[in-house]
Amino acid sequence: MNFSWRRVGAILRKELRDYRRNRFVIGTMAAVPVLFIILPTIQLIAANTTDKALTLRIGLSLLYMLVIPVTMPSVVCAYSVVGEREQGTLEPVLSTPVSREEFLIAKALAAFVPTLVVAYAVFGIFLAVAALFAHPVIVSAIYAGTHVLVQFLFTPLLAGWAIWVGIAVSTRSTDVRVAQQLSVLGSFPPLIIVALMSLNVISESTALAIGLGAALLAFDLLAWRVVAAMFDRERLVIGRRG
Amino acid sequence: MTLRPASQVTSRAQPISAAPTLDGSKGDCALVVEHLTKRFGDRVAFDDVSFEVGYGEVFGFLGPNGAGKTTTVRTLGTLIMPSSGSAVVAGIPLSANNGPAIRSRISMMPESPGLYLRLTVTENLQCFAGLYELDDVRGRIARALRAVNLEDRARDLCGSLSKGLRQRVALARALLNDPAVLFLDEPTSGLDPVATREVHELIASLRERGVTVFLTTHRLEEAERLCDRVAILNTTLRMIGRPAELREQLFRRSLDVRLRAPLDDPEAVFGAVGEVEGWEQTPSGYTLSVSDPDLAAPALARALVRAEADVLSIAESRHSLEDVYLELIDEDVETKAR
Repeated sequence: MNFSWRRVGAILRKELRDYRRNRFVIGTMAAVPVLFIILPTIQLIAANTTDKALTLRIGLSLLYMLVIPVTMPSVVCAYSVVGEREQGTLEPVLSTPVSREEFLIAKALAAFVPTLVVAYAVFGIFLAVAALFAHPVIVSAIYAGTHVLVQFLFTPLLAGWAIWVGIAVSTRSTDVRVAQQLSVLGSFPPLIIVALMSLNVISESTALAIGLGAALLAFDLLAWRVVAAMFDRERLVIGRRG
Repeated sequence: MTLRPASQVTSRAQPISAAPTLDGSKGDCALVVEHLTKRFGDRVAFDDVSFEVGYGEVFGFLGPNGAGKTTTVRTLGTLIMPSSGSAVVAGIPLSANNGPAIRSRISMMPESPGLYLRLTVTENLQCFAGLYELDDVRGRIARALRAVNLEDRARDLCGSLSKGLRQRVALARALLNDPAVLFLDEPTSGLDPVATREVHELIASLRERGVTVFLTTHRLEEAERLCDRVAILNTTLRMIGRPAELREQLFRRSLDVRLRAPLDDPEAVFGAVGEVEGWEQTPSGYTLSVSDPDLAAPALARALVRAEADVLSIAESRHSLEDVYLELIDEDVETKAR
């Protein structure tokens, strides 16, 4: 049977409806961005333009925003499989013709789309607030270098990594809380590289950003293959392989 | 709950005809299972199970907890792969590659309804209609809801429904794709008597509509009432047949005789009746093993009148499916104890 986008769409629509009515998911999607926009914005507005560490401060502020594509999907995806199993909804879904690729892509998109919307919206708000209230020197410092490129490039790539880690953990977990903790923990490592760039430990350049982005994309694709291989109906339904 | 006549429900009222087979064999059977076995390491879930289920049949799969009923259903539903043996499900040989094709032709309703509680009834059904890639989604949902008498609850959140209503939604979901075989795994488990009766009525209406139903249960009255044939599983398949056939295979036919007072010489009275093969005294009278109750009863009545006995009643002993079941399970317990 061929890959069906209609089946992907059915799960995706179901997931998005479910999120909308789930206070926990809405809370996570609202609270995390609010948290990560207030602090960096205040930090930038209050920054001293003569500060030698201005670039570092900007890098740190923008780094906060990259925490969004790491934490948000990892929490949501950690629930995606083990949560359905706890609810008893996994078996009916797996009893349909849906393939593992369709199921996984649908679950991934259901986390990816809202994450991207929220992360880019928060970054947009940050830029708008900076443009309106920050000193012009600070604003031009934001647009100088690779800050904006890093934000746009690494937001989906970090989200992709967090999604596959979250789903991988979720397929092997028996408890939602444990899955969420492990998932968040496993989602952070790529952020370290980005942090080292943002904080100028690794001197940032467009070539380096694109190179690291390509490497992270390769890891994302590899993670997708690994998760797809881990996805086993029998294990998911009965908790072990026969 | 009242059910609409099948003809008013859907065009599926006619029995589902034999589905085309991929291998060309046993096209008249919805399920053909041959020597199927599933092991989890050292533990045997079910062993060397063989049976056939015809199209339009309601087939009961009975057994105590842990007998392997649910694992059998999951295996036939391609959720888990068998350790050995073979099966043809809805005309398609059971194999990992054929999983999606088999799953598109069947429906499974697990013990727990497994509904998305934050979604409405319609939204739940829409999701599954999409997963089956069905056309005319609105029409199908409307027909499925009509079949389970839930049209007026279509916009309700599933979380707001009672357990019985959720079971009906799950049944509507299972009917969406017009399955060639409908697997119902303990559909009345945990339901109160009213909800249980409603589900029984729904299954009976499916039977009238010619839907092939594979029903696992440990409720014997449920199987006796709803199923054309039953199989009793206790890791291995112990018996299979119509409930009446199972009774006949396992129990000798007998007559229960109630008298106002015991007979002076029962051997002389019962021995004179040719059809009586043996007898034993019970607290309320006598139980007689007979070859044919219809022939034995009149002859016995005449013999008792001749012996001047005050006859209160002569009736054929009724062995329920429960008796059959308990007899078999007790045998297994005794075998294991040895």
